[in-house]
Amino acid sequence: MYSFAPLIVLFPLLGFLINGFFGRKIKNETLVGSIGTLAVASSFVVALLIFVEMVGSPVEERKHIVTLFQWIAAGSFSVNVAFQVDQLSILMTLIVTGVGSLIHLYSIGYMHGDAGFWRFFTYLNLFIFAMLNLVLADNYLLMFLGWEGVGLCSYLLIGFWYDRNFEKGTTGDAAKKAFIVNRIGDFGFLLAMFLIFNTFGSLTYESVFAQAAGFSPGVSVMFWITLLMFVGATGKSAQIPLYVWLPDAMAGPTPVSALIHAATMVTAGIYMAARSSILFSLAPATMEIVAVVGLLTAFFAGTIGLVQNDIKKVLAYSTVSQLGYMFLAVGVGAFTAGLFHVMTHAFFKALLFLGSGAVIHAMHDEQDIQKMGGLQKYMPWTFRTFVIGSFAISGFPLLSGFFSKDEILWKSFADGAPWMWVIAALAAGVTAFYMFRLVSLTFLGKERFDHHHVHPHEAPKTMLIPLLILALFSIIGGYVGIPHVLGGHNYFEEFLEPVFAGANAKMMLPMHDSAALELGLMAVSVAVGLLGMFAGWKIFTEKPEIAENTAKKFSGLHKLLWNKYFVDEAYDAVIVNPIKQTSDKFLWKIFDVKIIDNTLNFSAKFVEATSNILRRIQTGVVQSYAVIFVAGILFILGYLIVW
Amino acid sequence: MNNILTYTLFSPLVGIFLLLFINKEKQSLIKYIGIGASLVTFALSLFVYFGFDAANTQLQFVEKYPWIAALDISYFVGVDGLSILLIVLTTFLTPIALIASWESITDRLKEYVSFMLLLEVGMLGVFLSSDLFLFYVFWEAMLIPMYFIIGIWGGKDRIYAAVKFFIYTMAGSLLMLIAILWLGYYASTLANGYFTTNLQKLYVIAPGIPMGIQVWMFLAFALSFAIKVPLFPLHTWLPDAHVQAPTAGSVILAGVLLKMGTYGLIRFCLPLFPLASFQFTPLMASLSVIGIVYGALVAMVQTDVKKLVAYSSVSHLGFVVLGIFSMTEEGMQGAVIQMINHGLSTGALFLLVGMIYDRRHTREIAQFGGLAKVMPVFSTIFMIVTFSSIGLPGLNGFVGEFLILLGSFNSLFLGSYVYAAVAATGVIFSAVYMLWMCQRVFFGKITHDENKSLLDLSKREIALIIPVLFFIVWIGVYPSTFLKPSAAFTKQAVTQLQNAKSGNIVPAGVVLK
Repeated sequence: MYSFAPLIVLFPLLGFLINGFFGRKIKNETLVGSIGTLAVASSFVVALLIFVEMVGSPVEERKHIVTLFQWIAAGSFSVNVAFQVDQLSILMTLIVTGVGSLIHLYSIGYMHGDAGFWRFFTYLNLFIFAMLNLVLADNYLLMFLGWEGVGLCSYLLIGFWYDRNFEKGTTGDAAKKAFIVNRIGDFGFLLAMFLIFNTFGSLTYESVFAQAAGFSPGVSVMFWITLLMFVGATGKSAQIPLYVWLPDAMAGPTPVSALIHAATMVTAGIYMAARSSILFSLAPATMEIVAVVGLLTAFFAGTIGLVQNDIKKVLAYSTVSQLGYMFLAVGVGAFTAGLFHVMTHAFFKALLFLGSGAVIHAMHDEQDIQKMGGLQKYMPWTFRTFVIGSFAISGFPLLSGFFSKDEILWKSFADGAPWMWVIAALAAGVTAFYMFRLVSLTFLGKERFDHHHVHPHEAPKTMLIPLLILALFSIIGGYVGIPHVLGGHNYFEEFLEPVFAGANAKMMLPMHDSAALELGLMAVSVAVGLLGMFAGWKIFTEKPEIAENTAKKFSGLHKLLWNKYFVDEAYDAVIVNPIKQTSDKFLWKIFDVKIIDNTLNFSAKFVEATSNILRRIQTGVVQSYAVIFVAGILFILGYLIVW
Repeated sequence: MNNILTYTLFSPLVGIFLLLFINKEKQSLIKYIGIGASLVTFALSLFVYFGFDAANTQLQFVEKYPWIAALDISYFVGVDGLSILLIVLTTFLTPIALIASWESITDRLKEYVSFMLLLEVGMLGVFLSSDLFLFYVFWEAMLIPMYFIIGIWGGKDRIYAAVKFFIYTMAGSLLMLIAILWLGYYASTLANGYFTTNLQKLYVIAPGIPMGIQVWMFLAFALSFAIKVPLFPLHTWLPDAHVQAPTAGSVILAGVLLKMGTYGLIRFCLPLFPLASFQFTPLMASLSVIGIVYGALVAMVQTDVKKLVAYSSVSHLGFVVLGIFSMTEEGMQGAVIQMINHGLSTGALFLLVGMIYDRRHTREIAQFGGLAKVMPVFSTIFMIVTFSSIGLPGLNGFVGEFLILLGSFNSLFLGSYVYAAVAATGVIFSAVYMLWMCQRVFFGKITHDENKSLLDLSKREIALIIPVLFFIVWIGVYPSTFLKPSAAFTKQAVTQLQNAKSGNIVPAGVVLK
């Protein structure tokens, strides 16, 4: 089956080409939508078949490389278009195509009647194609192709409704911001690749990782390589300081938010770090930076989510925060835990976003949760699935999010530091609180919308089916990784283990077998989560005055959170505007026009002026020659007489 | 097909000759003859392309006839891995530029078509010459038609722009002429020596020129080329020339003429004066890196789309010069393919800007907005070219930019990561200026009533741009086709530079005869 791996990438490409060239003429939504959905579903089927074969084969035979053709070669540099199918890439492929298929299906209902229906599916297929290149590549350059490709699709889809306004600007502003901020990260990725090539003479994983095994931890070049990679990751995976594009990315249609800005693309940074685990394991300093940045992102993004009123904004900050958890895991060396959370998060966050899409649809494009309330009555299935998603993300025991988040918390304590655990657990409480605030304000309590204009209704079947499937996986998705301390068997970790064997050997993390400690911490974090859930529910269904009073009492803090710590404003003031002003007022209008051009024009004028004077002695007029002649004689005579 | 290069080189002249007999009122016929002649040239150049042996580093299809025998000046033409793609690029873009002028040029059409064909002869001659004197003749001859194309068919300030273009370029090339004459004279001072402008002979002699003189020789050549590129801070003729030139003029100017400068650096400066080149590497690399960032920043704040694209050329060509002075195989191959890429992408951008100018008679960004709604095909194509220009992997621009940066990052000649690291910020800035412009032109609501009734691209316009898009994708996906022709050439060039660096220069005087 392995040799069929290129088909996984090919199907979405075909879907993209068919809909891209003929979609406008087909004019049949069902056909266009089916082509798009089937393209991704076919990839999923192929990936699943390969996965089944992989599970059935011995561990050492699970990695295969399928080469298509040589891509770029010059001098000693050469990379192929080739796919590496192994445990890690097949896992990511299954997530991308699995969740991707569901979201494509959902979009048939969600985008119904949109003038750009075919365009939407074209972009969506292109996204899947790029994302699959990203996760299946056997070298960094092809990964970079996918990396920038998903950025392109993100750009196109955020700005999909290109003539609409979004917040203070337009959707185009949000799209542009996403692409440019990502490019800042890509700058880091590029430099990392140059350093890798400089160090290892290759960009192919096999060759790089094999050589890396000969290094010992702490070499400075490894620090720079991994740090620069992480700069790339902070862009794509929305971490401090480059997370600012993700909340604005909500300008795109909601299925896009679910697929690209929650379930798949934004986890690319974690995938990159996991793929390069051996390089990271050689750079303990980078690992620490990764852990701290992840932790801070998890906490601060969560606090912003506490006060936002846009249903998608809350989910967006929640995504930033959850991605922070994943980086925390990576930073403490728990790569499998990070990936486990990638997977469960893909289920419940896609579910939550799609649910919010159903709500927005039902509310006629209203996104302000202050103008909702009581929707439970009108859309029971959306409500139920949304609540399941909220329980899962809040780490309610035995749901998927519980297992993955708990593993991260435990590893952050055991392999990181106790203070990391404290902040992470606190952030988990914050998550639970804002999620249940969201549930309460949206679905419970008083109906605060205008009944004359808004008639909420349940979503159509094409939208409900994906919700139900994702809800199911949000519940059971964690059972592949039950921790030993709860008497389970962590199949997930066992499956991925060989991929990280090299890194684990380098890190030599101590074994922990204090079951009592692990269980104790678990109990505390569960309690914190439950408390957050309860508070969020209680306050916003029954005692909203508590929230209002608190906001008044701490109005400074509330203002700070409401304005997202003024980070956008600070970036504008310190970076964007100075560059713009200098370029316009100085570089162009003074340096280019005044200094360079005027110097040239002046030298031209100078030549012209001098020639004008010199020209007068050669006018060809005999009389003036005679005058000069006489003047000369007089001058000489005068000279001789006076001296 | 022994004289295929001569046929290719002068085939446009046949078109001009035919035009002499045509009444200037017969506009369609004039167009067909012009386009026909340039297509014949294109077809001939394809013969050369397919007959070219990429593995062979020798000059191929050589033709050599004495011209001024006493001075060993000859009509000496040939192609190698450096020129082959540039020749095809020239013959490819000329018909496109002519077709692009279909409706926009009606005044003095016959002269216009003649100048375009004459220009093509000049450009091909520059790339084909293997004799410095012959090269210089074509180099100067090329200026004249371009001067008239800008000066007669240009915009409001066309005279200023044309004169500026002419004087800037002339100033540089006069110094080059002196240097060429001195080189010939130097050959005559050697034992058994004689005056020569034969490039192949000079390749052997010139590297042995004493350092003190080599520096001046290098500067005389490099200044001329740096103006043409244009390298910061010698670039200010470019925005004016582009803004004033008619669409076809801009396409050729950006597509081919700017490449003359970078071509000259590889063809003459590095191999003739390697020691001086090493000495000036930090300067040249610094200027190109400054140009990359500076060009991008100034492009960002332009209000005229065409001027924006013009400044973006300063930035893109900075990459090419950096790649050349990295003196690595990766960097140089990147530079060669980036010349082609820039010709395609920026050529296409100028074509597209011309199409919108034909409709609205303005290029002010503020006059547009929301065009995606009324001109979806135009907008889609423009976006594809935009992403090619900002180096999105999978499209052509990335291949060149990546190889250049990779080469200069690892270059022992540059000896520092700083050049590549600063140059790499270009990937951020290019996204800023292009996407910001696209957003203001294509997205948002339609704010000007005039734009509501704009027609999308005609079949002729689509047919014009499709071939360019085809290559934009091909080079991005499968660049091998376009990297192979220059591989052997680059390898040899880099090896020679490395030899020169380690002191392996053939002592002067032993080589003539």
